[in-house]
Amino acid sequence: MQLTVDGVTLSYGDRRVLSDISFSLNPCEQALLLGPSGSGKSSLLNIISGLQTPDEGSVSLGGADMADDGDATRKHHMGIIFQTLKLVSALNVRANLLLAQKLQTGGVDRNLVEATLERLGIADRAKARPFELSQGEAQRAAIARAVVVRPKLLIADEPTSALDLVNTESVARLLIESAEESGAMLLIATHDDRLRSYFARTISLSEGRLAA
Amino acid sequence: MISLALAYLRDRPLTTALNILLLAIAVAMLVLLLQLGNQASERLEGDAEGIDLVVGSKGSPLQLILSSVFHVDQPTGNIPLSSLELLRADPAVARAVPLALGDNFEGYRIVGTDSSFGEHYRTEIAQGRAFDAPLEAVFGATVAAETGVTLGQKFVGSHGFAEDEADEQGHDHAPFETVGILAPTGSVVDRLILTSYESVWDVHGIDHDHDHADELESEERNDGHSHDADHAHDSEHGHASGHDHSGEAAEPDNPPEQSRRGSILQASDSDLEPELTALLVTYRSASGAIRIPAMVNRQTEMQSAVPATETARLIDLMGASIDGIRLFAWLLAATGGLAIFVALLNMARSREGDLALLRVMGASRVQVIATIILEGVITAAVGALIGWIGAHLLIVVAQVNSATLADLGLKAWSPAAGEFALIAAVLAIGAIAALLPAVRVYRTDPARVLARN
Repeated sequence: MQLTVDGVTLSYGDRRVLSDISFSLNPCEQALLLGPSGSGKSSLLNIISGLQTPDEGSVSLGGADMADDGDATRKHHMGIIFQTLKLVSALNVRANLLLAQKLQTGGVDRNLVEATLERLGIADRAKARPFELSQGEAQRAAIARAVVVRPKLLIADEPTSALDLVNTESVARLLIESAEESGAMLLIATHDDRLRSYFARTISLSEGRLAA
Repeated sequence: MISLALAYLRDRPLTTALNILLLAIAVAMLVLLLQLGNQASERLEGDAEGIDLVVGSKGSPLQLILSSVFHVDQPTGNIPLSSLELLRADPAVARAVPLALGDNFEGYRIVGTDSSFGEHYRTEIAQGRAFDAPLEAVFGATVAAETGVTLGQKFVGSHGFAEDEADEQGHDHAPFETVGILAPTGSVVDRLILTSYESVWDVHGIDHDHDHADELESEERNDGHSHDADHAHDSEHGHASGHDHSGEAAEPDNPPEQSRRGSILQASDSDLEPELTALLVTYRSASGAIRIPAMVNRQTEMQSAVPATETARLIDLMGASIDGIRLFAWLLAATGGLAIFVALLNMARSREGDLALLRVMGASRVQVIATIILEGVITAAVGALIGWIGAHLLIVVAQVNSATLADLGLKAWSPAAGEFALIAAVLAIGAIAALLPAVRVYRTDPARVLARN
C-alpha cells in the first residue's frame, strides 16, 4: 500500500496555505514532515487523512482517493496521533484502545491491547483517565490508541511538542518501533529538528511549499 | 455507543444525578396523579354502581354518599326504621338496602344490614355461610386476609370507625362470631364486616321490640334472608337489651364528638328507638328518579343523595386539584428536559475535541449524535424508572399508613392507563432535549476543531 500526494494546493480565502505539494511514501517507509509553525504541516496532514479536501490535487492511499473515500480509508487504514487530542476524556486508557479497535476494525483484540500497553510501558496506567496521565504517559497512550488498530499509515502531528529531550527520544523510538512492528508507513509532522536524526527521509515544508 | 454515553454520564455525576432527580420527581408526581385519578375514579364509580339513590339523615349529601357508599366518612345521622318499610313498599323501588353503621373491628367497618346487601353487591361466600342469627358476622375478603380471622372466631367490635378509637370503646359484652368469609369482589365490600342490623342494635343496647322484625318478616323472606323474627336477642345472647353502657358514659376518654356524630353508636341509652344509618336505593323504573328524591326531601326529615351526582362532584373537586398538580408536574418534567438540554449543550461545546477524535477514529456522524441523544434518553429513562418505582412504593407506604387511601382501593403495582404513555413522553423529552446539541455536533467540522486545538 502506497501513499501518494499529488499537486495538493489549499487556500484559506486569499491566503495560500499549500502550493502544489507532491510526494509519495512506499510501504513501511518512514518520513519526517519538517517545517516551522504555520508552514502548512497540519493542513497537509488533515488533507492526507481525509478530514479536509484540497482546492487542487489529490491524495490516495492504496489507490483509494481520499477526496472520494476518505472516511472509510481513514477508518480502516490509518492511525492518527494529534498534538492535543489524544484520548476520549470520559474513558480510561484501556477503554480508549478498545473503542478505537471497535470503531476502526469492527472487533476487539484484548490481547493486542494488553500487549501494546505493556510494550509502551503504560500497562500500570491502563485504568487511569486521561486527566490523570502525565504528558509522557498521555503521548504513549495516544500512540497505543493509534497502533492498536494495525494501521497501514501511522500519522503523528507534533508528537514531541512540550516533551523534554528524554521523552522526545523515547516517543520517537516508540513511534518508529510501533510502525515497524505494524508494518505501517510512518509520517511525522513536526517543527522539532531534533527528530531529523531518527529518519532516513525528511520532507521539508516552508510557507506551504516543499523545500529543496 | 451506549457504553460511551454511559461513560459520559458518569463523567459528570452531579449534573446527571440532578437531571435524573428532576425527572424522577416529575414522573413520580404524574404517576401518582394518574393512579389517583384513574383508580380512584374507577373505584368510586364501581362502588356506586347500581345505587340510584342514598337516603339518610339531613346533612351534607357528599358526606352521606362517602359514608354509606364508599365507607370513608362519618355518617350524617340516623333515620327511622320505618323509612325502610316506606321505600320498600314503593312500587318504583326495586331494592332498598338498609345500613346500620357505627362500629369497627381493627379499623374495618362493621355494617349492619340484611341479605339485600349481598344481593346488591353480588357477594359470594368463600368460606362458611351467611350471617343468620344475631351477632353473627361475615368478613369481606380483604378484612379476613388482613386480620387473619378464622371461622368460628369471636371478636369484639368497637365504637367509631378508626382503629385508634377501638381500645377505649370496646363492646366486650357482645362479641360477634365469624360465620363466613366472602370471596373477593374488588369493591368496597372486601373491606367491610357484615352483620344483621339487629345485631348492631343489640350491641348498642337498643331495645327493638320484635314488632319491627315482624313487620319486615315478609320482605326479608322475599330477600332470602333467614333472620329469625322470633329470636330473643336479649335472652339468647346473654346481654340485656339495655346492655350496660354506663361505664362508657363515665369514661373520661370518650372519643371526640365528631367521630360519634350521627351514628348508631351514639346510642347509649336503652330507651332509644332502633334506627338505621342510611338506605341504598335501586329504582325499578325511571319514574322513581323523579318522584322518590322529591318525596324524601319534601315529605320526610331525611335527605336523598344521588351517588352519580355526588361522585361526579367529588371527582370534579379532586380533578381541579389534580389538574393543578399535574400542570406543576409537567412543568417539572419540562424543567428536567431543559436541564438535560443545557447540560448536553455545554457538553457539546466542551467535548468538541472528543467528538472530533471519535470522528477521526471512524465513528460516523450518526454514531456521534446517537451518543448524545442516548445520553438524553438514558437520563430520562433512569429518571422515569426511578420516578415510576418511587411512585408505586409511595402508594404501598400510603396504603399501609393511611386507611383512607387504602379504602380508595389503590393498587400499588397495577399500572394505570397512561403510565406507559407518560414514560414514553418523558423519554421523548430526553431525546428532544438532546436533539439541538446533537445537531450542533452533527454540524461540527472535525478538521476545524483539530485546527483550533
